[in-house]
Amino acid sequence: MAKILVVTSGKGGVGKTTTSAAIGTGLAMRGYKTVIVDFDVGLRNLDLIMGCERRVVYDFVNVINGEASLNQALIKDKRIENLSILAASQTRDKDALTQEGVEKVLNELREQFDYIVCDSPAGIEKGAYLAMYFADEAIVVTNPEVSSVRDSDRMLGLLASKSRRAEKGEESVKEHLLLTRYNPERVSKGEMLSVTDVEEILAIRLLGVIPESQAVLKASNQGIPVILDDISDAGQAYSDAVDRLLGKDVAHRFLEVQKKGIIQRLFGGRE
Amino acid sequence: MSLMDFFRNRNKPATASVAKERLQIIVAHERGQRSQPDYLPQLQQDLVEVIRKYVKIDQTDVQVALENQGSCSILELNITLPDR
Ligand SMILES: Nc1ncnc2c1ncn2[C@@H]1O[C@H](COP(=O)(O)OP(=O)(O)O)[C@@H](O)[C@H]1O
Ligand SMILES: [Mg+2]
Repeated sequence: MAKILVVTSGKGGVGKTTTSAAIGTGLAMRGYKTVIVDFDVGLRNLDLIMGCERRVVYDFVNVINGEASLNQALIKDKRIENLSILAASQTRDKDALTQEGVEKVLNELREQFDYIVCDSPAGIEKGAYLAMYFADEAIVVTNPEVSSVRDSDRMLGLLASKSRRAEKGEESVKEHLLLTRYNPERVSKGEMLSVTDVEEILAIRLLGVIPESQAVLKASNQGIPVILDDISDAGQAYSDAVDRLLGKDVAHRFLEVQKKGIIQRLFGGRE
Repeated sequence: MSLMDFFRNRNKPATASVAKERLQIIVAHERGQRSQPDYLPQLQQDLVEVIRKYVKIDQTDVQVALENQGSCSILELNITLPDR
């Protein structure tokens, strides 16, 4: 049975697209047929993060409107087998995505893939609503910062009351907390909410903590999902999160301040 | 925490704990609102208008809340009238 996974947050700029790219790639690397779908109509970005921006011919809306077949619009990743991308449309028409259209495409994707990762736009309006509506599981991306935590809680409220599973009275959407852009040093100084603080407030299961990392910008500059940078802290943290998503029990890393080694200290350790 | 941090933190309260406290309050409040039925704001508005026919009150002088207890629901109305 195919699983629909939404990566959502309410607030913008917290790391949803970075996470969708990393988690989707990680699932495909572990052998699952995976597609990452960009729901951010008008602000297509997943293609850039995945490095396939020049290969977009048809998009999600073209498929909904019957202007292209699903297989024409799916972009196969050149690095990872089993991985495809469905790009968002650049149209400015906010109503380009309809509930029936999205359902039709998702049903078609279900037949080909094990995991459908939906990269949600920011906000709690139509785009974000459609991205989460059909989800079986949700990864709620949160930064350790007041407005992000509050928006995540609102999104949890939406998942619990407005998702298809909630409306149909089925088993509720499985919620996972992914805390990103975490800075252990600032946490230890009492300047930033800690993992425990955020867990306590949102009260959902912790999928992972992704540290604030220079590797993320470096990866996005090159169009490589950061999980492929397997020596970076963020890459490893995402890899652990994928394992946990698949039910493995993996200890959390990168929660404490990293002690700089003597060499790093002498040479100003940037990398 | 180094000794320096200790002295630095002594004067300033850790802002993270302020953030946590504020979040706990607002999140609890918003969760409470969420479980209320959609018609409550309109009901409150209508009540305000009816009462205004007789007494001058503010929008916020009428509070409505629905509480569920087992199989029955209790609609709680709290109307504050102006000083006599
Ligand atoms: N763990 C991280 N460390 C450093 N920068 C990050 C991290 N996660 C995301 N970012 C940066 O934050 C910005 C927003 O990320 P993005 O994934 O586009 O967020 P969203 O899709 O939620 O709007 C990007 O510039 C990205 O490089
Ligand atoms: Mg995004």
